[in-house]
Amino acid sequence: MSTTTNSASRSREKAPAGEKIADWADGRLGIYTLAKANMRKIFPDHWSFMLGEVALYSFIIIILTGVYLTLFFHPSMNEVEYHGSYVPMQGQLMSEAFKSTLDISFEVRGGLLIRQIHHWAALIFLAAMFVHMMRVFFTGAFRKPREINWLFGFLLFVLGMFTGFTGYSLPDDLLSGTGVRFTQGAILATPIVGTYISMFLFGGEFPGDDFVARFYSIHILLLPGIMLGLVVAHLILVFFHKHTQFAGPGKTNKNVVGMPLLPVYMAKAGGFFFLVFGVIAVISAVAQINPVWAIGPYRPDQVSTGAQPDWYMGFAEGLIRFFPGWEVNIWGHTLVLGVFIPLVLFGVVLAALALYPFIESWVTGDKREHHILDRPRNAPTRTALGVAWVTMYMITLVGGGNDLWATHLHLSINAITWFVRIFFFVGPVIAFILTKRICLGLQRRDKDKVLHGRETGIIKRLPHGEFIEVHEPLSQDALHTLTAHEQYKPVEIGPAVDENGVERKVKGSEKLRAKVSKAYFDEDAQIPKPTVEEYKEITSGHGHH
Amino acid sequence: MKKLSARRRHPLAAVVVLLLALATTGMVYAAFVPTRDAKADETAQSLTIEEGKKLYAVGCASCHGTGGQGSSDGPSLVGVGAAAVDFQVGTGRMPAATSQGAQVPKKKKVYTQAEIDQLAAFIASLGAGPSVPTEAQYGPEGADIAKGGDLFRNNCAQCHNFTGKGGALTHGKYAPDLESVDPKHIYEAMQTGPQNMPSFPDTTLSEQNKKDIIAYLNAVNGDETVNPGGLELGGLGPVSEGLFAWIFGLGALIAVAVWVAARTAKAKKS
Repeated sequence: MSTTTNSASRSREKAPAGEKIADWADGRLGIYTLAKANMRKIFPDHWSFMLGEVALYSFIIIILTGVYLTLFFHPSMNEVEYHGSYVPMQGQLMSEAFKSTLDISFEVRGGLLIRQIHHWAALIFLAAMFVHMMRVFFTGAFRKPREINWLFGFLLFVLGMFTGFTGYSLPDDLLSGTGVRFTQGAILATPIVGTYISMFLFGGEFPGDDFVARFYSIHILLLPGIMLGLVVAHLILVFFHKHTQFAGPGKTNKNVVGMPLLPVYMAKAGGFFFLVFGVIAVISAVAQINPVWAIGPYRPDQVSTGAQPDWYMGFAEGLIRFFPGWEVNIWGHTLVLGVFIPLVLFGVVLAALALYPFIESWVTGDKREHHILDRPRNAPTRTALGVAWVTMYMITLVGGGNDLWATHLHLSINAITWFVRIFFFVGPVIAFILTKRICLGLQRRDKDKVLHGRETGIIKRLPHGEFIEVHEPLSQDALHTLTAHEQYKPVEIGPAVDENGVERKVKGSEKLRAKVSKAYFDEDAQIPKPTVEEYKEITSGHGHH
Repeated sequence: MKKLSARRRHPLAAVVVLLLALATTGMVYAAFVPTRDAKADETAQSLTIEEGKKLYAVGCASCHGTGGQGSSDGPSLVGVGAAAVDFQVGTGRMPAATSQGAQVPKKKKVYTQAEIDQLAAFIASLGAGPSVPTEAQYGPEGADIAKGGDLFRNNCAQCHNFTGKGGALTHGKYAPDLESVDPKHIYEAMQTGPQNMPSFPDTTLSEQNKKDIIAYLNAVNGDETVNPGGLELGGLGPVSEGLFAWIFGLGALIAVAVWVAARTAKAKKS
C-alpha cells in the first residue's frame, strides 16, 4: 500500500480522470480486491449455458418496463365511465384499473409497446426458466454442490408463475377476472381453511373491491422483491461454485476451461442482453398480446369461452379441465374433489421436480462434488424420468387448451379430455420407456464409435471380392470425451450379518434403495462403456472381424 | 233543383242517369279495387311460392318431408319462417351432406339468392315465422357499439368467445367464428337459433339490441378491424400467445444464443 501511495503522490497530477475515480472508489468500496478476485473468473462456453442468461435478461426487461407501467396504472376498483379514444368501450362502466390499462394502451406515449414488451418478456422469462431448468436437469448440473441453487432456481420458477398470475390479473378485464375467479374456486375447494382464506384475500365476498390493489402490491413489491433477492443469491452461488462444463480433453472435475469474465464474457453477456432486448422488442412491436380492449371489463356475471391463463398456469388449468367433477359430502360439508385433487397434484408434480436432486443422491449414495456435466444419454434413467415429467406437464397443457384443439383440429372436446385423462398416466410411462431405449441406443453407438471408429462412407472392395466400409479411428480427444463419464454400480444391501456374525436387521429403506439403484444402474439400464483392454484388443488387429 | 226536376221527364233523362250510375260505379270500383301493379305482384308471389315448392321438392323434401312436416332425417319446417331458410341456405349449411359430423358446417352456398327467396317464400307459406330482416334492421345506422359489446359478452361470449372467434361445444359441436359473417345472417341466427344456438326473439333481444351486437362484431371482428398491437395471432388469447412466445420468442433467442456461443474469442497461437 505504501508504495502505491508514494508512486501516486509523484504522478497524482498526471493520472487520468478514470484512474482517479477508480482510486477514490477503491478507498471506499475496495473494488480493486473484488475485481482482482473476479475479473479473470473463467466461464466455459456452450450455447445451453446461455438459457439462464435469457431468463435473467428478460427479468431485467420486465422490471424496467414494469416501472414505466406503474407510472400510469391505477390499482383501483372504483367504478368509472369510459370516455377515451377506443370507440367500442364508449360509455361503458369499468374499474379504474381497467380504464387506466386502456389509457396506457391508447393515450400514453409508447404505452402499448411497453405493455406488450412487459407481457411478452414475462412469457419468455418463464419459458426461458423452464428450458434452463431442463438443461440443468438433463445434464445433472444439480448434483452436489449445486442442490441449493437448484432449489433457488425452482423457487424462482414458481414465484415467477405467481408473479405472472398477479400481473395479468391487474387490468381487471373479463379474461383475467375469470382466472381470478378460478383461483378463488381453487382456494374455496381447500378443506376447512378455504373459505377463510378466500374471505381474507378478497376482503369479503368475491370479487369485492380490494383484490386489484392487493395483487398490485404482491405483483410489484412482494414477489419481485423476493425474486430479485433469489436471483442475486442464484448468481452468487454460480460464482461461488464455478460453472459446470461438459467433459472434454483438459477438462477435469477440479478446473474450469473457458474464457475470462473480463473482457470476454462482459462483452458477450452485455451484447447478449441487448440482443435479447432487441428480439423481445421486435416481437412486441409486431405481435399483439392480451388485447384487453377487445376482451372487455370484468363483471362476475359475464364469462367467455376460450378463457385460458398464460402458458405457465396452463398446467393448473389442464389439471382442472381433465379431472372428473367429483364431489363428496361429509357431515354436511361439501368437499369438491374435482378441484381439490388437481390442486394437490399441482403441488406434488412440481415438488417431485424440486426434490429430484435429493432423491438421486440418495439412490446413488454419491457424496462427491460434480463439476463435469453428464451427457443426457449417459444417465438413461434420469433422462427418461425427466422426459416423463415433461410429457406429463405437456399433456396437462394440452388439457388446458382442449377447446381450442377441438375447434381447430375438428375434434370432439370430450375425446380430447379423455385422451388427456388416459395419457396423463400412460404418456409418461411410454415416454420413460422410449427415452431409455433411445439413450441406450446412443450409448451403444458411442461404444461402437470408440471401438471401431467413425463410418467414413468409403466402400472398399477386397481382392477376394468382399466389400467393407472403411472405419476411421477417432482422435484421442474424441475418445476421451466419449469415455469420460463414470458409471455407477447398483448399491448392494450389504452383508446380512454384522462384524460379530450376528444377524443384522435390514431396514426397509435399505431394501428400497437397493431396488431403485438396481433399476437405475443395472446391466440393462446402461451399456458398459468400452474399456482400454477392449480398445487395445480391437485396434491391435487381432480381434478384427 | 227546379231546373233539374223540370227536366226529369226529358226523353234523355234515363240515359243521363244511366251514364252517371255507370261512371260512379266505375269510379268506386277503381277506388276499391287493387291496382294493376299490385295485382301483377300477387301473381308473382304465388308464382314464387310455386317455384319455391318445386325447388323444395327437389332439394329438401327427402329429409324435411314433402310438405315440410319433417322426418327422422330433418326437423319440421312449419313455422320456422323465411329468416331461417335465408340463414341456413344462404350460409350453405343447407342442403346438408347426407353424412354430416356433429354439426352441419358452413360451406359454399348451392342456391342463388333468387332461389333462396323462392324457397323462403314457400316455407313462410307453410306457417307464420320470422321474415328476412331488412338492411334498416341490421345496418350500422343508429347502432351503439359499446352497448352491443356489453350485450355480446352477456349473451354470446360464453360460446362464441370475447370477440366472436368461436368456441367448442360438447362432442364435436361448436359455436362458429363470426368473422366476416354477413350481418343479415347474424341477425337471422339470433332470431331463429340455428342448430345448437338458442334463439333470441325480439322479446329477448330487441331489434335495437341485435343491431348493436352486429355493429360491435363489425368493430372487433370484422374485415376492417384494426389491431393496434400488431398481429392478432388468431385472437384466441393466451394459448396462441404462449405458442408464439415459445416458438418465435424463445426459438429466436435460442438461435441467437447458439450464434453468440459460436463466436468466441480465440487464443492467439504462439
